[in-house]
Amino acid sequence: MLHIVNKSPYERNSLESCLRMASKGSAVLLIEDGVYGATKGGSFEGKIQAAMADVKVYVLGPDLSARGMADRVLDGVSVVDYGGFVDLVAEHSNCQSWL
Amino acid sequence: MKIGVLVNEGPYTHEASDSAYNFTKAALEKGHEIYRVFFYHDGVNNSTRLTEPPRDDRNIVNRWSELSKQYSLDLVVCIAAAQRRGIMDENEAKRQGKDANNLAEGFRISGLGQLVEAGIQSDRLVTFGD
Amino acid sequence: MNDEMDMEEEGGVVKQFMFVNRKAPYGTIYALEGLEVVLISAAFEQDVSMAFIDDGVYELKKGQDTKSLGQKNFSPTYRALEGYDIEKLYVERESMEARGLTEEDLLVDVVVLDRAEMAAKMDEQDVLISF
Repeated sequence: MLHIVNKSPYERNSLESCLRMASKGSAVLLIEDGVYGATKGGSFEGKIQAAMADVKVYVLGPDLSARGMADRVLDGVSVVDYGGFVDLVAEHSNCQSWL
Repeated sequence: MKIGVLVNEGPYTHEASDSAYNFTKAALEKGHEIYRVFFYHDGVNNSTRLTEPPRDDRNIVNRWSELSKQYSLDLVVCIAAAQRRGIMDENEAKRQGKDANNLAEGFRISGLGQLVEAGIQSDRLVTFGD
Repeated sequence: MNDEMDMEEEGGVVKQFMFVNRKAPYGTIYALEGLEVVLISAAFEQDVSMAFIDDGVYELKKGQDTKSLGQKNFSPTYRALEGYDIEKLYVERESMEARGLTEEDLLVDVVVLDRAEMAAKMDEQDVLISF
């Protein structure tokens, strides 16, 4: 399953709820303000690092670049473009947007 | 693969419509079929042709219309949500006794059943919103 | 009717649809318009369920009274879902407890799932629509 999160973890609980209910082996794609969840140095870093033991984390490059955060991506997080977003949707049997 | 797209937010305030557009365009360019883009909640505001952004900004409504023309994309606006928010096609404006209509080219107004049907017919349904 | 025509065209495809509710009522329109889709989906004879997670649990709180607000109280609709054969209402336990609520506070019978059970339910869906 693909989980899509578009909210900053510093503003809303969407990413936390998503990680609470994402099964082992699922994928999490961070888009829009959600990309801040995949960056280094913030207080959410530990939580996302811990989650990465069970889920694969992706982040949308265009949203990272727009926010000046492209050089701060956590190790182990994969950066994708919109085509990669489409591939992730196609590769997983279903998807849930944590709006 | 057949993909359905649901857009739940209007243009400009949220990035949702931009994300949905960029996703839809990328999917089409990769050769996937977009079964339908359904506009719900404030997402219906993506379909007013009266939109006139500043010259240096993207025209979100026209962008959808053009994509629809290029790929024969089915852009469906929920009728109940549209009526709440003052989005009307010519027939609906006549039926409701309104003095104007504002639905942009390439969009059509229909029932919520079209969303459920998109879920049934598509291999994937992707939601964009706030 | 458009919807009836669509239904015939499906040729008996039954998918698992889950409507995921994570927003409180009245503060935004998502809960109300979400419910409208759920009601329409009943006409398509799909395997429909609703999940209540995070503030979505507040949609089911007993005793909603909107008279002074000037908005329609749509909470009785959740009790009417049974008549549409929509009987799978799942509430995530952590979300409910974090908000100081118990099943007795909810206006309709639900199935309370822990996070792992909710995750498993989500995984098995064909279509997830979230508001």
